[in-house]
Amino acid sequence: MPDFLLFALLGGLGVAAVAGPLGSFVVWRRMAYFGDTLAHSALLGISIGFLLDINLNVAVIFCCVGLALVLVTLQKQRMVATDTLLGIMAHSALSLGLVAVALLEIRVDLMSYLFGDLLAVSQQDLYWIFGGGISVLLLLKILWQPLLAITINEELAHVEGVNVPITRLILMLLIAVVIAIAMKIVGLLLITSLLIIPAAAARKLAKTPEQMAIGAACVGCLSVIGGLAMSWHFDTPAGPSVVVASLATFILLYSLPVKNQL
Amino acid sequence: MTHSHEPLIKLEGINLHFGRNHVLQDISTELHKGCITTLIGPNGAGKTSLVRVVLGLTKPTSGKIWQENDLRIGYMPQKLQIDQTFPLTVERFLKTARSCSRTQMLEALKDVGAESLFPQSIHNLSGGEMQRVLLARALLRDPQLLVLDEPVQGVDINGQLELYNLISRIRDERGCGVLMVSHDLHLVMASTDHVVCINHHVCCSGHPEHVTNDPSFTELFGVQGGEQLAVYSHHHNHRHNEHGDIVPESDCQHKGPC
Repeated sequence: MPDFLLFALLGGLGVAAVAGPLGSFVVWRRMAYFGDTLAHSALLGISIGFLLDINLNVAVIFCCVGLALVLVTLQKQRMVATDTLLGIMAHSALSLGLVAVALLEIRVDLMSYLFGDLLAVSQQDLYWIFGGGISVLLLLKILWQPLLAITINEELAHVEGVNVPITRLILMLLIAVVIAIAMKIVGLLLITSLLIIPAAAARKLAKTPEQMAIGAACVGCLSVIGGLAMSWHFDTPAGPSVVVASLATFILLYSLPVKNQL
Repeated sequence: MTHSHEPLIKLEGINLHFGRNHVLQDISTELHKGCITTLIGPNGAGKTSLVRVVLGLTKPTSGKIWQENDLRIGYMPQKLQIDQTFPLTVERFLKTARSCSRTQMLEALKDVGAESLFPQSIHNLSGGEMQRVLLARALLRDPQLLVLDEPVQGVDINGQLELYNLISRIRDERGCGVLMVSHDLHLVMASTDHVVCINHHVCCSGHPEHVTNDPSFTELFGVQGGEQLAVYSHHHNHRHNEHGDIVPESDCQHKGPC
């Protein structure tokens, strides 16, 4: 196997393993549009990163977290409905990013940021993916109980001593980190699909939240393998191929004659 | 039945404003160990707001709250809507209360008469079954105070009686304090020790009177049921004008709260 294919496979599997459990929370807490909005701001993060000459991954994380904080603050003011607010922020952030890239005359391959460039994953990228991924998984493991508690009911969680605002904030932070590391794989326009589709597919067979989280990671990994194989054999773009593979898994699982009693 | 009078929570002069709405007006009350306190009042009287203040979910605009150190509260919310996308069995749900063994979970379910629900999905439960599971979960935390917001909501009349009986039995066995909300103006469970009637302010509070011989109750709910139902009849020394302000009126004597 050529090096670039091995790196692509490792990078893709690493991201899928983290995106599964975190994506489950995105599905449970109905944060799909929220995740999409954060992802759309990633390009703005890239241009800020170029401008300040800092690591691009760090710039993207900070940009996503900043946007998440602005979102939460604006949400509290209730000026417009949340979905309207998310719509405004998502497309404005993407446009601002595109404008900034043009104004600053940054020479970047836009397509690779928008749709991913899985086959160009470098060793450096792998360090980021595995470093970031393992940190996210560790935090998820430590905070699993409080995260589940606020997902079931935030008021009940509060009465039982969970610090709800902090837990919620950490979840957003984790999503921001995953967006930064997943951008390389599927691109900012397709990141949400990598979070949502495997989790939704795993729901079909899961009886507990843990089964769904692990199942989502497995479906994600299968999708990465399937997508890469498709890309290799048919010369299709790798990122979208991974998404198509996860869609295929989703459809396959939901057409299984297993009655979902749960 | 003897109850200790150790206070668990004391509220003093609680006021709560939502914008211009004066939702809670100068409310003072105490919750005691081993004592069932029922909060009644019409819709929009501020019952749920008061419960939220007790639980620490809402900060009052003014007033003092004292509570026993490290008070363990078992809270049973009015309704628990769990998203269909969230796979959850009763077993896994009970485990979120605290880490506990299978035996402990089964015991808690047995306490509320819902053992058979153990392996089921939370999404397939009926209203009454869900209330029982919520109660079992609250019990697993071994609470000193149980807070139940409209515990019989969506439960048929026989189920309501059963649940009320269950709550008083739990109090007897565990000696915990109970705070219950009911918007039902006519039915207050017989074993309630203390009734607080609020309509933004405390209208009145005291022991409920038992109705044992009222033929209409016996007719409706049967002899056993009639014995377990009580009407809290009381006399007000004031009435409310259209703004909800208190108009003193010493000779007004209507039955039923507020």
